[in-house]
Amino acid sequence: MSAAELKAKTFEWFDERLGLRMARDLLDHKVVPLHPGTAWYYFGGITLFLFGVQMFTGLLLLLYYRPTVAEAFDSVRFIMTRVEFGWLIRSIHSWSANLLIFFAFVHMFSVMFTHSYRRPRELTWLSGIALLGLMMGFGFSGYLLPWNQISYFATKVGTDVAATTPFIGPVLARFLRGGEDVGAATLTRFFAFHVMILPLLTGGLVGLHLLLVQKAGMSTPKDLPAHDLSHMKFFPNFFLRELMVWYGVLALLGSLAAIFPWELGEKADPFASAPAGIRPEWYFLAQFYTLKLIPSHVWIFEGELLGLAGFGLLALVWVALPFWATIKPDGSGRARLATGVGVFLVCYLFTFTLLGYFK
Amino acid sequence: MRAPVILFLLCFAVWIVPGSAAAADSCVTCHAAIDDAAKGPAALIKNDVHVTHGLSCADCHGGDRTSDDPDVAMNKAKGFKGKPARAAIPKFCAACHSSPDYMRKYAPRERVDQFELYQTSVHGKRLAAGDANVATCIDCHSVHDIRAVKDSASPVHPLHVGETCSRCHSDAQKMAPYKIPTNQFQEYKTSIHWEALAKRGDLSAPSCASCHGNHGAKPPQVESVSAVCGSCHVLFEQLYEKSVHNAIFSGAGGGGGCMVCHSNHAVHYPSTAMLAGPKAVCSGCHDAGTAPAGTATRMAGWLDSLDAALKQSETLLTSAEKSGMEVSEAQVRLIDGRESLVKARLALHSMKPADMQKLVDEGMAIARATQKAGEFALHEKDTRRIGLAVSVLLIGIAIFAIRLLLRRMESS
Repeated sequence: MSAAELKAKTFEWFDERLGLRMARDLLDHKVVPLHPGTAWYYFGGITLFLFGVQMFTGLLLLLYYRPTVAEAFDSVRFIMTRVEFGWLIRSIHSWSANLLIFFAFVHMFSVMFTHSYRRPRELTWLSGIALLGLMMGFGFSGYLLPWNQISYFATKVGTDVAATTPFIGPVLARFLRGGEDVGAATLTRFFAFHVMILPLLTGGLVGLHLLLVQKAGMSTPKDLPAHDLSHMKFFPNFFLRELMVWYGVLALLGSLAAIFPWELGEKADPFASAPAGIRPEWYFLAQFYTLKLIPSHVWIFEGELLGLAGFGLLALVWVALPFWATIKPDGSGRARLATGVGVFLVCYLFTFTLLGYFK
Repeated sequence: MRAPVILFLLCFAVWIVPGSAAAADSCVTCHAAIDDAAKGPAALIKNDVHVTHGLSCADCHGGDRTSDDPDVAMNKAKGFKGKPARAAIPKFCAACHSSPDYMRKYAPRERVDQFELYQTSVHGKRLAAGDANVATCIDCHSVHDIRAVKDSASPVHPLHVGETCSRCHSDAQKMAPYKIPTNQFQEYKTSIHWEALAKRGDLSAPSCASCHGNHGAKPPQVESVSAVCGSCHVLFEQLYEKSVHNAIFSGAGGGGGCMVCHSNHAVHYPSTAMLAGPKAVCSGCHDAGTAPAGTATRMAGWLDSLDAALKQSETLLTSAEKSGMEVSEAQVRLIDGRESLVKARLALHSMKPADMQKLVDEGMAIARATQKAGEFALHEKDTRRIGLAVSVLLIGIAIFAIRLLLRRMESS
């Protein structure tokens, strides 16, 4: 039997069981439209790549991490100082988490400004927003795991804010903490969220998101119908370009991890006073700073409650974007209004994040 | 008819109320109106701690403060005592301050043995012997504007007590009859104790009263110097008492314990220069070339070596930490090394070189280990940079290769 015959037979054997031909046909027929905004398509792929990096480095960290109050900090220090390349894995995991959120934001706003959320991609938008929420959940739960001073007190502040949510606040805070205060139960609980519950939900949602993208095809700008544009084959042409971008991101990630290794800090001491200038991760800074600016009482309402209600309303408007910022096939609709809201949100997040960081 | 009567009564009330207030403490009212030295107490008293506790002139000086008539207010029949004679001042204050029952009403935690202690002091004994120039209560605590000791404006607050003592003790004219030196405060101001108290604001650091006592003030005797220093430097005292120097310095012809090496008022930050070199205090008794002088030089060498080794480790670890390397374990270990150095300096006071050498060896082992950790971290940092450069280069090659592949594919 010649090598070609062996290859063909092997393919047939797997195709009969896995449907490889269908996947190959799918890749053969999938195309990417070419227009001035084609570069924005790469950001979804970057986010997916970073999620893969998180899964891989997270699994390696799991080999040594011990999720108890007595051992968590020391086990992370062990990873950083004793395990071969442990410092690199942990630093990449931490930097990648931040880059992942950043690129997810870029992806979301690129979708928003190109109005790619419009019919029939409403569900793709909703699943993407849900994924961003899950990524933030990963960030919030993972922040506590090294059990150092900063993460301990930041979690206290974060769960205190959750406790002010109307009606369900106290129950929500108790659910997150596993008790009345941040402690051993919180660490165990956050670990379970971080390595089991959130990955399961995210895996399912990523699958759904990709399926929806595949089902509806790549979106084009509203004034450039897909049939008027030339196309590039997804595989291998677009895929190889995406691969170059991934390599670039990998180089960035490695540089950040090697030049600025993620700090470990001091072990958490619940009896110590909170470190000065405590603040949450950068992607929560805008909200954190806004809540700080709101007076304790506004008319008859509690300031913090009013702030949370405002965020809730804004989030609702944002999630429901495809349903109120509708655009008709002839291009008329609320595209300008949606762009205005998007510009406002970008300006707000950028300014308040900077203010929260420097003030 | 009724309106003018009400108006009159109101005017009367307005007139009479301030008049009543004046009568409530006629001492202050009258003395404030006098233009000579007698006005002083009335001007000062508003800040006095006794006034803040509701007491007034008459509570010390007697008399009737409710009367506007000087003859009644300062009538001896009303208990008026007037200005006490200087020699009578301690007893005058003690009338209240030595009474536990009285003091309990105002300051229950305040001591009541000040007068008793004062009588044991050099000041008290000389006063009893008829020398009215010595310090009495008011010379230190002031008079009529007396403040609580914890009040930072009080002359006996820890930050000011040195200056207060020096008002007399640095005055050569005042001290001439007693034939005692007047440079104590000047020397004290060069000491580590003054630096801790005045510059670092450590109120627990010793001032004059911490060593000499306050109300029972007297210079420590030779045999009690180490006990005075040991009341804070406990371990030093314990080791010193076991040393060969203790018996010699405390015995006849000795100079007085700790102060033989460290001085009394000008206690400077100790260094190994006290052991060896041109300023060595040991050389005051041990000639160069003798066995004890050699031992002192050897001990100085050990301490210097350990200090230098620990500093080198610290520099390396700080540099590694600034580069983002994780060296917290070594830094914690370095604290143990510094403790060994402190213990070795402490062990010096027992004058048993073997004990000291053991601690120095322990510290040196830690210094070597932490130095190695620092060097390893810095080397690791360089390795990481090289690894990064190689990785970025490989990634660049991969990107370039993909680009070439794409170009070839798309051109064909």
